Amino acid sequence: MDGIAGKKSGLTWAVHISVVLLVALWLFPTLGLLISSFRTADQIAASGWWASLFPSEQTVQYRTGAPDTQVQEGTSFVIEGNVFDEAGEDRADISAWGTSARDVSAYAPGDTADMGDDGQLTLQGDGTYRLVNDQEFEGRRGERMFVTKITPPEFTLQNYRNVLGPENREGMLKAFFNTLTVTIPATIIPILVAAFAAYALAWMDFPGRALLIAAVVGLLVVPLQLALIPLLKLHNEVGIGKGYLGVWLAHTGFGLPLAIYLLRNYMVGLPRDIIENAKVDGATDFQIFMKIILPLSFPALASFAIFQFLWTWNDLLVALVFLIDATGETTVMTKQIVELLGTRGGNWEILATSAFVSIAVPLIVFFAMQRYLVRGLLAGSVK
Amino acid sequence: MHPALQGLLTIVIGVGGCIGYFYFSNQFLDKVLFPAKGPNAGRNINRANMIRPWLFLFPALFALGLYLAYPVVETLRLSLTDRSQGGAFVGFANYSQMFGEPKFWEAMRNNMLWLIIVPAFSTAFGLLAAQLTDRIAWGNIAKSLIFMPMAISFVGAAVIWKLVYDVRPAGEGQIGILNAIIVSLGGEPVTFLSVPFWNNFFLMIVLIWIQTGFAMVILSAALRGIPEETVEAAIVDGANPFQIFFKIKVPQIMGTIVVVWTTITIVVLKVFDIVFAMTNGQWETQVLANYMYDKLFRSNDWGVGSASAMVIMLLVTPILVWNVYNARKEMR
Repeated sequence: MDGIAGKKSGLTWAVHISVVLLVALWLFPTLGLLISSFRTADQIAASGWWASLFPSEQTVQYRTGAPDTQVQEGTSFVIEGNVFDEAGEDRADISAWGTSARDVSAYAPGDTADMGDDGQLTLQGDGTYRLVNDQEFEGRRGERMFVTKITPPEFTLQNYRNVLGPENREGMLKAFFNTLTVTIPATIIPILVAAFAAYALAWMDFPGRALLIAAVVGLLVVPLQLALIPLLKLHNEVGIGKGYLGVWLAHTGFGLPLAIYLLRNYMVGLPRDIIENAKVDGATDFQIFMKIILPLSFPALASFAIFQFLWTWNDLLVALVFLIDATGETTVMTKQIVELLGTRGGNWEILATSAFVSIAVPLIVFFAMQRYLVRGLLAGSVK
Repeated sequence: MHPALQGLLTIVIGVGGCIGYFYFSNQFLDKVLFPAKGPNAGRNINRANMIRPWLFLFPALFALGLYLAYPVVETLRLSLTDRSQGGAFVGFANYSQMFGEPKFWEAMRNNMLWLIIVPAFSTAFGLLAAQLTDRIAWGNIAKSLIFMPMAISFVGAAVIWKLVYDVRPAGEGQIGILNAIIVSLGGEPVTFLSVPFWNNFFLMIVLIWIQTGFAMVILSAALRGIPEETVEAAIVDGANPFQIFFKIKVPQIMGTIVVVWTTITIVVLKVFDIVFAMTNGQWETQVLANYMYDKLFRSNDWGVGSASAMVIMLLVTPILVWNVYNARKEMR
């Protein structure tokens, strides 16, 4: 729509700003969780995730070296050192410091504090201090210093090591592979079943075809909640019980209406000439399907595969009902995360990391295959 | 057997079985049952062609019938029986018991709120995003980012938003961004998820956040399909951008808006994971799907559970009829 008169109005800036706001609003929640998953438990508890993007100021109490480390220089006694080295910490920049808890930023780096009988203390910006007195230091402990230090943003991969590591405390690694085990067959099997049916509904003539298409459209919206009890009963009666086979079958059944609908709509649009030429050349329907229709329908097959993958990967309800038994051996990631929300609701480092492990795979699929997803959406919404 | 191996085996059996079934059943039809040679060749070909569609359809129809059609009937039957009485027919006793429960009416009220608010806001935000992003150079990137929550599971979204809504006692540093903003403006921290009534809206925001991308993608395609002449004519007549949008564009894509609205409505009716993961129906946030899950798997009351599933089905039915009606109209 570029180039239409009246488009270059003063609104352009407003549009840019509104879109930036909208995108920020939609991105921030996810970003918050992502950043939190790279912070330690202490960091998360101490400040919001947005604070971690900037250097943070922190006031910490240190002590100078104890009097037994003093050296005599001429007539004065000196204790020297570096507060960060002695505390075993990384060096940081000091913005202010003080010698009393009542005024922690009394001095700037490099200033000298006169503490009367206790001597003169000088603290540099990098943490080196020098305490000088004209009489011998006594007692067992050094002088107190209150130091406001600036720590740069700091992130860690430790949470991911904990969640996915060999000790595997929260069972996320197992759940990850279980989810994969559920997802892949549940994505592949319905495609083939649906493709044959879609071909019949698109290109074969038989009585009742229109009725069947209408039925598929109707089944598209039947809530799967209705299927839970009858099918669980059925699975128990035929001996499948709760397990992978049951969940694969259930996902196949629930995914079929959309698969048939998407694929039929796509196949109807394929050029009639190709199919009729093949028929004239003596190809059977089976050959036409395998050699012409299936390869040509790749975009629609990909669309459905993405939908089904996202849906089975992200599913909680079907797994709860048909898969996860009392032993919990076959638990999936969504279930693990709900469990964590209950038992470790405050441990954001574990929650955030676990959630991101589960979100990462669909996000990769999403960004890699977005084109097909959009195409599928456009074809799949009933017009 | 290791589950991964079992999965691989299932793929092989499933895919191989499908292809084998289709191949051999076609062979059987053409070579054995009605061979296309001999005295009756012509008649046989016709007969084979009459049967073939059903060979192609059979596995799909079987699965659809067993996994979607049969459960509707069976759930209806279960909702009229009592499991504790050995499955005896009890008429509408389950329904009247359900109607007597305050928790059910709470779920109904909340579901109605969800049904109005989520589709309305998702569609409105989607329309806004579609209209705005279509006009700028980096619109596609913006679209991707707004669309992204579609890929995130409801459970993942629940965790994401629980962090947004997180609350610490007053005086401590807030780590939830909303409360951090409120406190920095001088307010008291709010426990978003346990303030009755309003917490429903905070749960709805999660679904709106997810569904807006869907609405945007569909509506953006519809907006691009509007003939340019109509817009140009309006500009020539001196319409301002708002008039063009509301009086020229929106009426032309009304059909698509209805489709988006009904599709989101169906998602809303099935919403379960968000409530299950965030509040589990506490603090008056119950919805029908979670109520049903409670009845079926926590109280083990299949009768009332099935009755509430039928209520969901009943609410979906108008959309079902409308979709079927439109699909048939389109095919003619």
